Amino acid sequence: MTRPARSAVLALAVLATASVLTSARAVEPDEMLPDPALEARAREISRELRCVVCQNQSVDDSNAEVAHDIRRAVRERLVAGDSDSQVRDYMVARYGDYVLMKPPFRMRTLVLWLGAPLVLLLGALGLWWTALRRPPPTPPAPLSEAEKEKVAALLDSGASDSGAGDAPRPRDDG
Amino acid sequence: MKSNRLLYLLPLLTLAILAGFFGWSLLSGRDPASIGSPLVGRPAPRLEAPALFPGKPALTDALLRTGKPVLVNFFASWCTPCLAEHPLLERLASRDGVTIIGIAWKNKPEEARAWLERLGNPFAAVGYDLDGKMALDWGLSGVPETFLIDAKGIVRLHFRAPILEKDVNERLLPLLKAGS
Amino acid sequence: MLPELGHFALILALAVALVQATLPLVGAARGDIRLMALGRTAALTQAFLIVLSFAALMQAYVTSDFSVATVVANSHSAKPLLYKISGVWGNHEGSMMLWVLILALFGAAVALFGETLPDGLRARVLAFQAWIGVGFLAFILFTSNPFLRLSPAPLDGNGMNPLLQDPGLAFHPPLLYLGYVGFSVTYAFALAALLEGRVDAAWARWVRPWTLAAWCFLTLGIALGSWWSYYILGWGGFWFWDPVENASLMPWLAGTALLHSAIVVEKRDALKSWTVLLAILAFSLSLLGTFLVRSGVLTSVHAFAQDPARGMFILGFLLAVTGGALALYAWRAPSLQGGGLFQPISREGGLILNNLLLCTLCATVLLGTLYPLFLDLVSGAKVSVGPPFFNATFVPISFALFAALCVGPYLGWKRAELWPALVKLRTAFAVSVIAMILAAVLIDRRATLAAVAFGFGVWLILGSLYELADRVKLGRVSWSETKRRLRATPRASFGMTISHAALGVVVLGAVGTAAWNAELIRTFRIGDRADFAGWQVTLAKVVPVRGPNYEAERAEIVVTLDGKPYTVLTPERRLFLVQRREVAETSIHSNLLRDLYATLGEGDVQKGWTVRLYYNPLAPWIWLGAALCALGGFVSLSDRRLRVGAPKRSRVIVQAAE
Repeated sequence: MTRPARSAVLALAVLATASVLTSARAVEPDEMLPDPALEARAREISRELRCVVCQNQSVDDSNAEVAHDIRRAVRERLVAGDSDSQVRDYMVARYGDYVLMKPPFRMRTLVLWLGAPLVLLLGALGLWWTALRRPPPTPPAPLSEAEKEKVAALLDSGASDSGAGDAPRPRDDG
Repeated sequence: MKSNRLLYLLPLLTLAILAGFFGWSLLSGRDPASIGSPLVGRPAPRLEAPALFPGKPALTDALLRTGKPVLVNFFASWCTPCLAEHPLLERLASRDGVTIIGIAWKNKPEEARAWLERLGNPFAAVGYDLDGKMALDWGLSGVPETFLIDAKGIVRLHFRAPILEKDVNERLLPLLKAGS
Repeated sequence: MLPELGHFALILALAVALVQATLPLVGAARGDIRLMALGRTAALTQAFLIVLSFAALMQAYVTSDFSVATVVANSHSAKPLLYKISGVWGNHEGSMMLWVLILALFGAAVALFGETLPDGLRARVLAFQAWIGVGFLAFILFTSNPFLRLSPAPLDGNGMNPLLQDPGLAFHPPLLYLGYVGFSVTYAFALAALLEGRVDAAWARWVRPWTLAAWCFLTLGIALGSWWSYYILGWGGFWFWDPVENASLMPWLAGTALLHSAIVVEKRDALKSWTVLLAILAFSLSLLGTFLVRSGVLTSVHAFAQDPARGMFILGFLLAVTGGALALYAWRAPSLQGGGLFQPISREGGLILNNLLLCTLCATVLLGTLYPLFLDLVSGAKVSVGPPFFNATFVPISFALFAALCVGPYLGWKRAELWPALVKLRTAFAVSVIAMILAAVLIDRRATLAAVAFGFGVWLILGSLYELADRVKLGRVSWSETKRRLRATPRASFGMTISHAALGVVVLGAVGTAAWNAELIRTFRIGDRADFAGWQVTLAKVVPVRGPNYEAERAEIVVTLDGKPYTVLTPERRLFLVQRREVAETSIHSNLLRDLYATLGEGDVQKGWTVRLYYNPLAPWIWLGAALCALGGFVSLSDRRLRVGAPKRSRVIVQAAE
């Protein structure tokens, strides 16, 4: 029990419309085309078609009767000389966009396709904007008289023994 | 500073929108497993099936172009929901005078015949589609499924589940009356 | 009697949780030490009660007490003991029990190990954590009580879904929940910080171990689930972008972002409000997953029995927990002033890029998972969003993340130069490009995406190791000096190197399995022989076998290499007797570099059997890498600095490394 497994996890294993006749599992040897190139295309297409009765499985992975029919139809169309996109259109005409695992780029899928790049873009713009708006570091408050004297005293003593007021260098992680 | 405040409200707003959708989804009784029916509003697909009962004429597109609305019902003797739906079809045919065309899907003809002989035959014409090839043109996902084809041969309704009393009264009959 | 005791303990736990959720908050507001200390006592009491209750439920399963309704629905006397135990959480009611159990244990852990926390903070954290407990306990008691009795008790139970009767899946939920629920601690810390208006380095250091622990467990849980689907589903797939998988990936992505942004808070006192937001989101996304799996708003292959009434409850709860937190955030976060300034090219800048990309990935998954729902509600149009969509969107963005990942650790804090970092990585870069080209030319000319991903996998591993080598000046100073530097390197750095490199291992495994596998689907009669990926395979025999609660057909597929015996694969097809359901038992021969994978389909002596054989190069690396990734987290967790919170010590190390 391979592919049925996935649909079987659904507690509602028996969908009203999907009484499963036999338990063929996924693509079967007798469905496959002798021509390896054509068969590879058929596999590729059926991996991107969604089984219409078992949720979230591709037609290639599904054991449902309808999935078997669709796999067969895909191969028949390919043998008849259809291009990959013609085969997909053939299925969309019958089962709608639902059947495509990768939704076509249309008006109504605009948000889906552009959503993530938009998040990225807005995020980047937002960061840039905050970086621009960030107030310049406020200059430290001027030293008080007492502090000035202290500094002068320190500088005097430092200059006498090394002469270099090297600030500690930032760590080089090399 | 004001726009900044709004920025901090953004997550909450997003959540509100998400939650709104979830609530809507739960309350609407939406079926997440529904796959839709792209055929609705388009001309009925080809009807081409051998007759289930020997001696009867084969099913052709002519049956869909009689100038009257028809129901097309896909069924199988092995399908339990079909059994549940059957009395309703009987009633539609006898009481409401609806023309119903039946197609036995992936069903041995003798088993489908025995099933109809045992339960009664509501269909004006019955064919069978043993390998499911014609059903694919109808975008069938299983049985039972029912299509309402109007007088002009356009698909008006597509039920991907057994039809219920409610569907008959609220959706089927009004369209049938308007169409005839 | 015991089930009633369990039920009673659960009710008491709810009462204790209510106390824990309110009085310590009052105490913290008033500065009343006694009320604040109550949080600790209550957390421990609540944990004790829930452990008791859980034990009572487990006892009912182990002894097959069929007077308890959930035991009848989910267990059977003939089931092996392991699955009687895992059956406790293999269903909706029991999994909620596991959820509250882990929640309570985390609460107790905060109470026990939070010694160093200020009283007020600890009281608030425990109180907020208890609010979550109140919600879930009420949910269980009012809608999903696992202790309901049946009268008369049936003679035996309905058994458990055979697919769940698997060691991998027995431990998958506990690990996953340890991750989900672990983020509740982070969430509680975020709320407490918002309330106190204090997010600083100390806060970040307190939160970090909890985030790390949750993240490690979540990593392991996700990996275990993926492994399970790899070997049980029978065709070598390991990730399907199913809503339930996505639901676990989203908190993982948010949690990963949180781990990184919290470092900035800890070291540089910046990104405060962002980090708090991530802490809230990581847990909210965990709750969202729970909602999606149990409410029935989406269909999934892994879903529990779904119930809109429960869905409404969880939605309300999600709204309260997340909405409350986000409202508090909108109110208080603007007052969190960021501290440290930095240039765009700097360690901080790199971590911000990491966060931006991780959040984009998370948004991609969220959008892809929920878009069919949105579109259906708004327009009635049905679309599917499956693996090809995510391959086209998620994968390129993660490439950007991978590219930046090795460079980030080379950048210094505040201000850094990009070019020197790139120069240091030139060898790693060159090797990765060569690997990419070799992969494209030698293995597969067609799947260029796979070759690019392969190159990135190599880049991640090499780049991470290079950083460590550079850090200890490997080869540039004497070996003893390198060893001294290695010892001086904080564990958190080792953890980072391990986890980053492990990500590369996962990528390589995924590419090998998904893009370069070979398969053979064929009908074999007894004695049939075929060539497969360099081996010769023969179906030697198919024999009936009997398990404790199933009957099976077992094939013996003899694999030879150049005429010499190599291995025997023994896939089975099991028929579980109680459910009358068939499950395939795959047979996998793994040598850590590749899997040879077989499943047995239907058939008989005359027609032969359908046998599926897969050769999955690098497949074990997916889970090996995930385990390493979690290991990196645990190594980092063992860093003493996290526990004693001594920033001074890290400075000592830095100076020593100079």
